[in-house]
Amino acid sequence: MPEISELVIGDVVAEKNFNLDRDSLVRYAGASGDFNPIHYRDDVAASVGLPGVLAHGMLTMGLSIDPVVSWLGDSGKILEYGVRFTKPVVVPAKGRAVITVVARIAELDLEAKKARIDLQTSFDGNNVLGKSQVWVQL
Amino acid sequence: MVNPNIQGKRYPRSAAYLVGREKIREFARATFASEESIDLAAAKAAGHSDLVAPPTFPIVLQEFGLKLVIADPEAGLDFSRVVHGEQKFVFQRPIVAGDLLTSELSVASVKSLGGNHMVVFDTEIFDENQVLVCTAISTLVVRGEDA
Repeated sequence: MPEISELVIGDVVAEKNFNLDRDSLVRYAGASGDFNPIHYRDDVAASVGLPGVLAHGMLTMGLSIDPVVSWLGDSGKILEYGVRFTKPVVVPAKGRAVITVVARIAELDLEAKKARIDLQTSFDGNNVLGKSQVWVQL
Repeated sequence: MVNPNIQGKRYPRSAAYLVGREKIREFARATFASEESIDLAAAKAAGHSDLVAPPTFPIVLQEFGLKLVIADPEAGLDFSRVVHGEQKFVFQRPIVAGDLLTSELSVASVKSLGGNHMVVFDTEIFDENQVLVCTAISTLVVRGEDA
């Protein structure tokens, strides 16, 4: 468990890469119950004008917090987590999409022992989530 | 599009949902969670009664409420024109395996923005003692006919 007194605003507390392939999308569809075919069928994605099969936004949101959970050692310490979906993640039929997550300390409330951590989630050089903020209890 | 008059509308409470330990593991693995985060001994050592659900797990319950909106003729929500704009989860306490949860969705706001509609849904999730566990706040963008 990290000590709040040792944290400094701007510090990177966790960083991780994730490899998404089509199998990842099918697995997430099954686990979440979101079977929208734009997440696994090229023809359906093309028919609604998308650049390709997209990862579920909620999959990107879900994996983006994993580095913070590992850093905390307990997902029960998450008080609040919100994101804005700004850009789609296109997942090719062959190969994979690489997503990078960097978690930084953004705000410290020493009295309440709470910290805000901002997540930067990028794919192909672009941030795919905006205003991605997590409040944790330390 | 969507009927602006549904602002403030509350949809009926969902059936009870029993959070399963293996469902948590399945969801956690699908969202690339580390194996340590779904280790029962570690969860108990951290003071939890069972495995803790990943932070985005309440989306499973939010989905039940959204299905009611999609099926509601008064809402007139064309789901093929919907894009997920924002999502937030606010926890009163973590969700753990064994929790018997119900959820209730309400329409917090409907706004018009440049030919699109922005709809904010609040889903409140309660435990079996009717105590609030988590609120899931979802903003959907419904693209206009010309967008």
